[in-house]
Amino acid sequence: MSGRAKSLPQIEGLPIVGVFVLLVGLFMVLAPNVFLGYRIYMSFLITVPPILLLALGLTLVIAAGEIDLSFPSVIAFSGFLFAYLFKTYELTWLALLAALAGGALIGFVNGILVAGIGVPSIIATLAMQFFWGGITTVLSGGLSYNIRAVKETALWEVFVGRIGVLPVQSLWVLALAIFLWFLLNRHRFGEHLLFIGDSAKVARVVGIPVNRERIKLFTLMGVLAAFAAVLLTLENKNFFNTQGQGFLLIALAAVFIGGTSIFGGQGSIVGSFFGAFIIVMIEAGLVASGIQGFWVRAVVGLVFIGAVIFHLLVENPGRLAALRRLLRRDG
Amino acid sequence: MSGSEYRDVVRLENIQMHYGNVQALSDINFAVGRNEIVGLIGDNGAGKSTLIKIMTGVERPTAGNLYIRDKKVDWEGYSVGRAHELRFETVYQEKSLGEKQPLWRNFFVGRQITNRLGFIKVKQQKQIANDVLLNQIGFRGAGIDADSPVAQLSGGERQGVAIGRAMHFDSDLIVLDEPTVALAITEVRKVLDFVRGIKESGRACVYIEHNLAHVHELADRLVVLDRGRVVREIHKGEMSLAELTSALIDLQHAKVETAEAGS
Repeated sequence: MSGRAKSLPQIEGLPIVGVFVLLVGLFMVLAPNVFLGYRIYMSFLITVPPILLLALGLTLVIAAGEIDLSFPSVIAFSGFLFAYLFKTYELTWLALLAALAGGALIGFVNGILVAGIGVPSIIATLAMQFFWGGITTVLSGGLSYNIRAVKETALWEVFVGRIGVLPVQSLWVLALAIFLWFLLNRHRFGEHLLFIGDSAKVARVVGIPVNRERIKLFTLMGVLAAFAAVLLTLENKNFFNTQGQGFLLIALAAVFIGGTSIFGGQGSIVGSFFGAFIIVMIEAGLVASGIQGFWVRAVVGLVFIGAVIFHLLVENPGRLAALRRLLRRDG
Repeated sequence: MSGSEYRDVVRLENIQMHYGNVQALSDINFAVGRNEIVGLIGDNGAGKSTLIKIMTGVERPTAGNLYIRDKKVDWEGYSVGRAHELRFETVYQEKSLGEKQPLWRNFFVGRQITNRLGFIKVKQQKQIANDVLLNQIGFRGAGIDADSPVAQLSGGERQGVAIGRAMHFDSDLIVLDEPTVALAITEVRKVLDFVRGIKESGRACVYIEHNLAHVHELADRLVVLDRGRVVREIHKGEMSLAELTSALIDLQHAKVETAEAGS
């Protein structure tokens, strides 16, 4: 038989859903008083949405063979625009629009730098991460804005209110996750991103407007990060100028835990979805299990690398045999 | 479609191409008739690739005219996309397919069947791709279908898919840029069969090839390029493979001699 025997029909993200279920089960055993109640899950539905939005956007970016490191500063910049316009002019929906436009602008500039000028995205977006973070500090004077009054607005109810005990933001990101799945896997734009990530050369030959699609991609990422900023600022009823800086590694980790490859040409929205939940859940789960908080990062690192290795082995079972041979030789 | 009246699918007239001071092409007159396979041969740097790029909208020449189906083309609006619209397809050595993508995506990328919002009609695309794979390219029982990723295909099969794609989109002219480079012998056979399929389906083909035996076997006419000029045209049956080979070697010698005389 040739090596072309068809592999089992692969359900996207199945391994990572397994890991997720396993972790939930584990924590139910280790911390039953917390993980058998609903409250912890409701709190996840508040914590995860901003991270998930970032992870979803990054999935598209990485699938296209690019990277975006500027989103923490979008969270700060767009959060500032929103909080400032609300606090100073009592704007709500316009403040939301301004925040999204700010994210679009940052993303568009990233796109121009990468596609137009040809700066590698890791460098361009790192530079922009400094720049827009700095601009936010200058504009805000390094201050934080308390916007407690935002809770009385319709905007707050629509985006971060509660239906019974259910945080509304979770419905927004769920809808967006489904939309982005279709965008990546079923839309012309998503297909273009996959081909660009696969090989920009091929993409050009088959007639894909590579640079235009890249600019669109970075702009979309900017808008998603801006929406995350608004959700975060609304939920906290507060803006502070370093908000978002903690999200950089977590959002990236969620994407890679979910099985999206750094090499481009492939991206799993389902994987990133569960990846985001996994990474938030580990922290809460460890603390609830009575393990010292100091351990959190170490365990996240372990789960992270474990998940990535797992994906590698699932994709390419040959590696397992190679690993065994390697170990035997050394042993 | 192909019922309209024309003599040549494509005709280049007095094409000149300079890159700075370098004259890449001079006074090129070159035509491809309907259902004709034209083999383009010549050394590296003879101008084959440049000629192809001009024909398929990748580059614009310094001077000269292009006629497609006997109608003069305005260089201003000519591009790869426009060439596709005019039913010209190019198959490159290796870089025609997205490696990690399934065949159904590779088939339609750039020309997806979508609804009005741009969402792809996956079922329809897969159906058509499977039909072409089976019936036009003849991948029967090879274990390849629309869902196979390109990475699972051999080099020859990849060229087959690229050629099949070109044929599906009702192209009148398929340009093959050294499709057998770096392929194993059995794979080369497959590709040559695909090229024959192009001829049988009534299309025309420009075939760049290093291997003289291959072009000699397949081409209706051979055009020899040397240092940016068409130096020779040979019709099918005019020369045996051995004669062709020695004629080309003579050409090389002549070139070396003039170069020596010039220095």
